[in-house]
Amino acid sequence: MAASKGWGRWREPSVLPGFGLAMGFTLVYLSVIVLIPLVALALRPWELGIDGVARTLSDPRVLAALKLSFGASALAAAVNAPLGLLVAWVLTRYHFPGRRLLDALVDLPFALPTAVAGIALTAIYASNGPVGALADKVGLKTAFSPLGVFIALLFIGLPFVVRSVQPVLEDFDREVEEAARTLGATDLQRIVRVVLPGVLPALLTGVGLAFARAVGEYGSVIFIAGNLPMVSEIAPLLIIIKLEQYDYAGAAAVGLAMLLISFGVLLALNLVQTFLARRGGR
Amino acid sequence: MKPRIELPGLAPLLVLLATASMALLIVMPLGMVFAEAFRNGIAGYLEPLREPDAWAAIRLTLLVAAISVPLNAVFGIAAAWSIAKFEFKGKSILLALIDLPFSISPVISGLVWVLLFGAQGWFGPMLEEAGIKVIFTTTGLVLATILVTLPFVARELIPLMQEQGTDEEAAAITLGAGGLTTFFLVTLPNIRWALLYGVLLCNARAMGEFGAVSVVSGHIRGLTNTLPLHVEILYNEYDFVGAFAAASLLATLGLVTLIVKTGLELRYAGEMRAMRRH
Repeated sequence: MAASKGWGRWREPSVLPGFGLAMGFTLVYLSVIVLIPLVALALRPWELGIDGVARTLSDPRVLAALKLSFGASALAAAVNAPLGLLVAWVLTRYHFPGRRLLDALVDLPFALPTAVAGIALTAIYASNGPVGALADKVGLKTAFSPLGVFIALLFIGLPFVVRSVQPVLEDFDREVEEAARTLGATDLQRIVRVVLPGVLPALLTGVGLAFARAVGEYGSVIFIAGNLPMVSEIAPLLIIIKLEQYDYAGAAAVGLAMLLISFGVLLALNLVQTFLARRGGR
Repeated sequence: MKPRIELPGLAPLLVLLATASMALLIVMPLGMVFAEAFRNGIAGYLEPLREPDAWAAIRLTLLVAAISVPLNAVFGIAAAWSIAKFEFKGKSILLALIDLPFSISPVISGLVWVLLFGAQGWFGPMLEEAGIKVIFTTTGLVLATILVTLPFVARELIPLMQEQGTDEEAAAITLGAGGLTTFFLVTLPNIRWALLYGVLLCNARAMGEFGAVSVVSGHIRGLTNTLPLHVEILYNEYDFVGAFAAASLLATLGLVTLIVKTGLELRYAGEMRAMRRH
């Protein structure tokens, strides 16, 4: 096999120095910071036994939290898809005063610390805030409800969609767009039949990133959520509550479940992308 | 230039729609921070920032970032050097592992350290006997911050250095330059802007991190309270002006980061070409 010559076959020869040192440091650092901690996360839930893990995860409060975290994240990512597409389209196709500024502001949710975003969103959507007061008049409770969780996740996810779609729209093949036009397609036909299929893989990537970020989001959500058990309590908060009760294994079980479900969803999205790529020949 | 699809008739409507949703969803929270912070005028704004607890929080935030960011920068350079300049098996696994912290909840990034070093952690009791405490100390805050911000520098450098290849370094080595000379005179000038870009983003996240440090901090005032945690404490005590005043410092950090980042992208886009946006 390839490994029969050991080190020499494992890596190809190079005149450059420093591989051993750089690689050694990289591996030690990664092991200490990422690998060993994740091994602890993967192993500690089982101190409860399989029964105990099942009991922890089927607790109605845990189930409600997981359902809220994943449901609100999926909904926010789904709404961010057309919204992000719109913003990316406007930024790449039109020239208008303030376009550069708008472009830079897309990254604001990345740049603003999550706790800051959290208290600001709460001030806006609480019933004495500018938007919350309006919503109150029509009988809609925004802050301190699942709707508040959704709004925070919308905020945190938008840049992922815009930044994934934007470069594709920018580099989109002019020849293809032009060919469709000479063949007599209307603008709408060209968008639906030519541009949309072209950006779909990137759009899915963005939606996946927004979803993954939203599932684990904590800072921007807990202030606006109100954190009512069974109603507006997110899964990450439940981990903290379990830790405060010294239920380490239970906290690890919820964390591991979150991680595995997230990876499952991302894997499924990846498969859809591969399928689309094969069908589209891209 | 060939014509593109632009829907000229719809342009004003679409621009308005995009700008309005951005203003409502993204920009308004930023404005709200400053509006609330200055609710009681400049004196009311400055007062909570003069508190010793606020100063301790600022100092701790700077200290944690001053330890975490350089470590992750060195890691990013070492990882990029081994991954981009050499060919070896298992590279894609290594890349996936480096990216992993981005797909983990910050709360989990804090939780794992408690599982290892907490009172009932694997190594907690052992270290306790030796007199070493990790959880509820600066060490814990640093570990959690390092885990959350680990990918930032590596992610900017790896694609760029892969694109740049090894020709220039190989030429320098063949001409007799030493390894360190080659790195400092050939590689570093080629990657300096991307490195600065990565460090900038890493630092912004390190100073603003909330979820992960919240788990390991224990919220001890004046001792293990970083600035974002200080914001939370004041807010939960209904000291809204104080909370937003402290938050305005973090928002300013975010704004400065955004401005420098945009400047780097406009000025040095060519030299950071392989750089992908998030």
